[in-house]
Amino acid sequence: MVLAGLIPRLILAGGSVLDQLFRAMRQSIIDGAPDMATELAQQALANGVDPLEAVNQGFAVGIAFAGDQFGCGEMFLPDLLMSAEAMKAAIKILEPEMLKRGSRREALGKIVLGTARGDIHDIGKNLVATILSASGFQIFDLGTSVTPEQFVAKAKEVDADIVGVSALLTTTMAGQKAVIEALDRNGLRPRVKAIIGGAAVTSKWAAEIGADGFSRNAIDALELAKNLMGKGTALA
Amino acid sequence: MRPSIQLLSAELIGRILREAFELLMSPGVRVGSAVVELLRSAGVEVGVAASDGVARIPESLVRQCLASAPRDFYLYNRQGEKAVHYGGDDVHFDPGSCCVQMLDPDTLEARPSETRDLVRIVQVTETLPQFAAQSTAVVCNDAPSAIGDLYRLLVVLQHSDKPVVTGSFSAAGLQGMIDLLAADSGSPDKLRQQPRAVFDVCPSPPLNWSEFGSHNLLDLARAGVPAEIVAMPLAGGTAPVTLAGSVTQHAAEVLAGIALHQLAGPGSPVVWGGAPAIFDMRTGGAPMGAVETAMLNMACAEVGKHLGLPTHGYLVATDSKFVDAQAGAESGRSAMLGALAGINMISGAGMLESLACFSVEKLVIDAEWIASAQRLARGIEVRGEEVRGDDVRRESLATAMFAQTGLSGEFLKLKETRALFRLEQYLPSPVIDRSARGSEPPSDVSTRARTLVDELVSKYQKPPLPEDVLRKFQAIVDRDADRAGVATALPRN
Repeated sequence: MVLAGLIPRLILAGGSVLDQLFRAMRQSIIDGAPDMATELAQQALANGVDPLEAVNQGFAVGIAFAGDQFGCGEMFLPDLLMSAEAMKAAIKILEPEMLKRGSRREALGKIVLGTARGDIHDIGKNLVATILSASGFQIFDLGTSVTPEQFVAKAKEVDADIVGVSALLTTTMAGQKAVIEALDRNGLRPRVKAIIGGAAVTSKWAAEIGADGFSRNAIDALELAKNLMGKGTALA
Repeated sequence: MRPSIQLLSAELIGRILREAFELLMSPGVRVGSAVVELLRSAGVEVGVAASDGVARIPESLVRQCLASAPRDFYLYNRQGEKAVHYGGDDVHFDPGSCCVQMLDPDTLEARPSETRDLVRIVQVTETLPQFAAQSTAVVCNDAPSAIGDLYRLLVVLQHSDKPVVTGSFSAAGLQGMIDLLAADSGSPDKLRQQPRAVFDVCPSPPLNWSEFGSHNLLDLARAGVPAEIVAMPLAGGTAPVTLAGSVTQHAAEVLAGIALHQLAGPGSPVVWGGAPAIFDMRTGGAPMGAVETAMLNMACAEVGKHLGLPTHGYLVATDSKFVDAQAGAESGRSAMLGALAGINMISGAGMLESLACFSVEKLVIDAEWIASAQRLARGIEVRGEEVRGDDVRRESLATAMFAQTGLSGEFLKLKETRALFRLEQYLPSPVIDRSARGSEPPSDVSTRARTLVDELVSKYQKPPLPEDVLRKFQAIVDRDADRAGVATALPRN
């Protein structure tokens, strides 16, 4: 159920039937309504709408709007997470058809994620995974308490663009450094970028351990990842 | 009467406990392999795979463990005197712990904390009567991290006679710390009889007693050193979004911890503690200064009190990065609320930035909020007996004093005034400005706090420690440093 009035709306009047469909798609993401997003995606396919168009003109606009609204404090983490869930639901319906047409949505990049060795706190990492994945990155989530060797092996295996290491505890932040050192030892950097996050992580720490970037929240992480891929939107 | 605040009705506490016991059966509690055998021998069903050990702990077993947990206990100072009473409605405060950053009062920037910072915090805490206990407040980044927990405790023991609220970073670290305390007390038995420290042990929300946490509970229970279970559900993030739901999860986590602890060492002292907080829906952080965070701490303690257990909470901290109005409001407010809730040990003073940064200037300001809270908690008292050698009517509130002054208004001259004003009024330190504007330019609270910190540090005297105790300390540190493969050359302090 959508709580009317609480969720920002993208209001556009008029337009063709297709425009109206795209608009409904965007709104389903902003409302965080996976069932509605699924239904609209099915409707699009049944009516012969190009699935890639449905993503680019419909659903993806919604997730970008949700991200902006979060950035300016109008939407909150639970809103954003539900938007991401709705996005996933839509993509799930559209993906097979995109594959069939050979028009697969181009991934923005491949990102290996995990929490540092000894750290089982994954709430922040999961948020980042959800938002990045909803925004078009391919995410390889290694879960919690991941060793530097596991990060390196996965990065090699999937030919990752970015490795992201999360650490909540001050005691496990050293694990972020260990991952960066392991990436260096294996000659993966600078091709593979290393980014870090977590409650106690600061820009100073990121600089000290030679990370390619750090972010304070999932939306910043999205911006950071896009910038590292040279696809940043350079938001003010 | 002692003023107090309750947030939960008896009926709601009953519901919270009923659901907490339900949670212990379904979905159950994740436990470390260290306690699987212990639980199985008590008839508890535990999942097969050690890494996925989900235990279903029945209410009957938990009730039995609650019955063996002490209702109260004391922490002792180095002189062997009772200094902290964990039990009843007694309220004590200690500085927050385990920051890695220190706010530099000169640059107003956060920088990695070092030994000199911990020493300064301990010195100031030692001189302030508001703090009944020390804490291992900051990580010393200039010491080898492999023995960081042991080292912090060493620094505190070297500089303080007060009890200590501490915690370990690893199972090996815990043993070294217990050895250090036993050396300080004279023997492991003496430490057991007159514990000087309490160890924070944390489950991971939701409902997870990790390998490390489980292990710690066992070791502490067996050593008879008090354990303080610090469960930290984050409402909406790692726990139900409702405050009542988070209090329920907290109860389940602590109940499970008490079960593990009492099974390993029946009768060993254990505290119903916590650092519950809401989950900030913008930042994903844990806002320690939020009023809902204070409400969670109060409500969680209420459940513990209902069960007749000693309690602990995490208050007097702020989310601000500076010692500013936000810091004052959040810390002062929660000090009051914690005292009115009758929480036995309230940790958190001195902490900024949602527990990421420590400020010793904030610590002396927080001491003022704490003193005010302690004053408030004493309530309005009827006095008279304190004025001795006098024929005033002691049962009188005001008439006896008016009998002497008439309508002259000369209360300042009365014996009663002189005898009682120190009891009636808390006399603040120079940190609190009540002066009239004079010829000197007025100063702000941070400036006054800096001056007071310097004064307290210059007033502080390092307690003399017997040579043989110091030698034992060194031997333990050498041993553990050797095991960890780190240099024993420690920073001077």
